[in-house]
Amino acid sequence: MIGIIDYGMGNIQSVRNALERAGTSARIVLQGAELAECDGLVLPGVGAFGQAMANLTAAGMVRAIANRVADGTPLLGICLGLQLLAEGSEEHGWHPGLGLVPGRVRRMRVAPGSHLPHVGWNEARRTPVDDAGLFEGVPDPSSFYFVHSYALDCDPGVVIATTDYDGPVTAAIRFGSVFATQFHPERSQTNGLRILRNFVAHVAARCAHA
Amino acid sequence: MLKKRLIACLLVRDGLIVQSIGFNKYLPIGRPRFAIEFVVRWDVDEILLLDMSAAREGRGPDLALIEMLSRYCFVPLTVGGGVGSVADVRNVIRSGADKVSVNAHALARPGLITEIAEAFGSQCAVVSIDARKDADGTHRVYSDSGRRAWPLTAAEWAAQAQAAGAGEIFLNSIDRDGSRLGYDIDLIREVTAAVSIPVIACGGVGNHGHFAPGILDGGASAVAAANIFQHMEHSTILAKAHLLKDGVDVRLDSQARYANRDFDANGRLLMTDLQTLLDIEFASEHDVL
Repeated sequence: MIGIIDYGMGNIQSVRNALERAGTSARIVLQGAELAECDGLVLPGVGAFGQAMANLTAAGMVRAIANRVADGTPLLGICLGLQLLAEGSEEHGWHPGLGLVPGRVRRMRVAPGSHLPHVGWNEARRTPVDDAGLFEGVPDPSSFYFVHSYALDCDPGVVIATTDYDGPVTAAIRFGSVFATQFHPERSQTNGLRILRNFVAHVAARCAHA
Repeated sequence: MLKKRLIACLLVRDGLIVQSIGFNKYLPIGRPRFAIEFVVRWDVDEILLLDMSAAREGRGPDLALIEMLSRYCFVPLTVGGGVGSVADVRNVIRSGADKVSVNAHALARPGLITEIAEAFGSQCAVVSIDARKDADGTHRVYSDSGRRAWPLTAAEWAAQAQAAGAGEIFLNSIDRDGSRLGYDIDLIREVTAAVSIPVIACGGVGNHGHFAPGILDGGASAVAAANIFQHMEHSTILAKAHLLKDGVDVRLDSQARYANRDFDANGRLLMTDLQTLLDIEFASEHDVL
């Protein structure tokens, strides 16, 4: 069973709908203690970084997520969920993050005349870094739906796809069993659903081995 | 670089998708669920769901309808109709929408735009403008299905909406609505010149050749239509194939790409020989959507 972590930020229902279409049932988890029953985790999110960390802390999620990731439980972060995995973010002052992926979240630098948030369909291009099958069956490059003003600045060895918005922007990462996309796969039509289906398959394969 | 977008505008009246002609005649088409399933499968970039009954009945958004439809929507969903408060926005987003579209409520109280932008981000606040060309040639703003005139030009109101925090302008021409004459390019130009946020052009598309001028001549970031998508198989794929042919950078992921096909004056595919038809690849039944 895949657990969608609900900490009161953003549209949980659309992630659940998309996971169901991708071939799995998902449960919504509200408390850290419930994570022990999940084979895979999805950390979605839309909103401000500081508020998100405060909500995760209040729900007992910070340590629970770290424990499951340390066990090797696959996790998929989406949008703000990708950023929360980092050491911290400079959004509205410095806020420490979950610290599961080395890197820091910074405000995107764009040319005069370009807008933030970076919102709309943009092409993501794969890097040579091993994605453990997350983009399996997805043509390269492919377009995905992005909505964000901050982006993850990290070791290129973690980045599995980048997009371009007045310069390269981290679009997807993998660090061990932790995956994350800056774009919204649940709103990125066929190729977004393929990514979710690949994550679901990754979780299922790990369960079969266990 | 961001792609230009194709948006399907689904007008819902009394629970059914309708075609609108001149803001006063409505032809029922069918249940909204099927329209959403089709256009999502056919590469549409976003959906704008406009509940026309909400304003008429003086009620808020139909959350059960939004929740049901969002189950079939795997592209961004904007919901309009009856959104008059931050509480409405919160409910609509909880029900599965990504953004809201405000029209008459924002004209009556522009602070609503600011409240939405502050609570959910400007990307969530789409301001919908219905404009009609007056006798003196100015594009005036109307609300209440074109019955109420406001002392504002479309460009003036768009600039005010942007200053208040709007993330996008959805611009519809009452004159062109249902006319099949193409977009009012002058109107789109006036508004895109007045704002720096994305403008979505709507109103008047009668064939697939009408989309590209909204972007190439009008300066819009996205093109929308309603009626034309309702009566043709692969309607939104065909529209995108035409946009690509006209030199507009849009996403087209479908395996049915129509790249080497020609269109007639109504934007329909020209008949071709049987082998070409057999060679067109369609997505397999094993695919994810």
